[in-house]
Amino acid sequence: MNVIIDNFPLYVSGFLQTLRICAFAALGSLVLGTVIAGFRVSPVPPLRWVGTAWVTVFRNCPLTVVLFFCAFGLPEIGVNGAYFWFGVTGLILYTSAFVCEAVRSGINSVPAGQAEAARAVGLTFSQSLTSVVLPQALRTVVPPLGSVIIAMIKNSAIVGAFGVGGDLFAVGDTLTSSRGEAVLPVLIGVVLGYLVITIPGGLLLGLLERKVAIAR
Amino acid sequence: MRLRGLMVGTVTAALALSLAACGGSSDSGSGNPSVDAKASFEAGTTMATLSQAGKIRVGTKFDQPLFGLKGLDGKPTGFDVEVAKLVAAKLGISADKIEWVESQSKFREEYIEQGKVDLVVATYTINDKRKERVSFAGPYYEAGQDLMVKKDSTVDGPEALKAAGAKVCSVTGSTPAEKIKEYVDQSNIVLFDVYSKCADALRTGQVQAVTTDNVILLGLVDASKGDFKLVGKPFTKEPYGIGIKKGDTKFCQFVNDTLKAAAADGAYEKAWKDTAGKVAPNTPKLPETATCS
Repeated sequence: MNVIIDNFPLYVSGFLQTLRICAFAALGSLVLGTVIAGFRVSPVPPLRWVGTAWVTVFRNCPLTVVLFFCAFGLPEIGVNGAYFWFGVTGLILYTSAFVCEAVRSGINSVPAGQAEAARAVGLTFSQSLTSVVLPQALRTVVPPLGSVIIAMIKNSAIVGAFGVGGDLFAVGDTLTSSRGEAVLPVLIGVVLGYLVITIPGGLLLGLLERKVAIAR
Repeated sequence: MRLRGLMVGTVTAALALSLAACGGSSDSGSGNPSVDAKASFEAGTTMATLSQAGKIRVGTKFDQPLFGLKGLDGKPTGFDVEVAKLVAAKLGISADKIEWVESQSKFREEYIEQGKVDLVVATYTINDKRKERVSFAGPYYEAGQDLMVKKDSTVDGPEALKAAGAKVCSVTGSTPAEKIKEYVDQSNIVLFDVYSKCADALRTGQVQAVTTDNVILLGLVDASKGDFKLVGKPFTKEPYGIGIKKGDTKFCQFVNDTLKAAAADGAYEKAWKDTAGKVAPNTPKLPETATCS
């Protein structure tokens, strides 16, 4: 286990990089996913088609393929930028499909009467969605959204292989292949790094769930 | 349609790669080193055990053009593979009795320690850190870290990179990726898991240079059909050794003697000419082998 103590600064830098990737990707995918969920329940057919197509494409493509298109497809059509953002974009696109479906299930769980009442008092579709339906829907989807985000944190290990580098998993690679350290202790260190993010994350979600729970 | 162009490009590249792999395997199949049928060794040594078993497990790369690349026929080809065949032949084991085990960089020490392979010939740089866990015979070749750039680039060495603020690509966890930090800022180093992605990033202009051992770059330059060139000024020394179980001095000595004999009778030169020599015609001289310990 000495390898973890000896290379602690390296592990910390990897941990911070993973945290950066995850923070941007979580924020992006939650916002984007909710917007797409709005599309999917919208009364405007073209918006519904966009929402359905979005979910079909990104939920069914392997993450590596999505990342390949972001890291190598975008430069091919002239979009040049930092690989960090290509990686984060890929992770957002992929995760947003799952967020969308979780949010949509929440929207469907809100009794139809709520939306009907909102419309009856004269709210527009977007007003009834944002101030009546979504606030109730989001409370019920805290547990599935938590699972989606935790899965995303673990998926971030793949992003490192697409030019982002420096994340926890890449730190493991550096230690095992160029410095010749034994694989198992190095990976245990990597796992601990992920657990430090995911376990408190899960506890926080539990707290949030109890806080926002609604009695029906 | 731009997307279609991209897809056609990818397919063409894949085809070109697989064709290159085909060419390699069919040519080098022409002559395996002659097997020493009368090989006999002191009882109890690794050589005796292997020789009696009549087969050997060799760890090599399966994705390294010119050194160890697995072709469509399922057999790896390249200089590393030929070197391993030379050693096997000296043990009285013919090439078809060699079991090839893919050995990615990060698993090489594990495979040797756990006895999954008898020796590793896989562009394996000898260094002190690795010597703590395995022993090395050889070196059988000395590579050096170099840069690959686009053919019209004016970069002439690692010092020029910093001045130009250029981005450099390499592979996560590789020795070259660590070394290049002395020349460029961390933020300008782009890391992928394989070199082929680096080549693609260089082509689209996302990075201005790719760095690793010159012989690995040669394979990529060869595959680029003239789009890329090698800067040609190696700035490190990377002696490639043959990894064996730690402390097996007799086996190490035997491999060293085999290498020297191969250099003397032309087998070493033939191995080079059949593989990497197709791109780098100047046959290297066998480096002075290190003492076994």
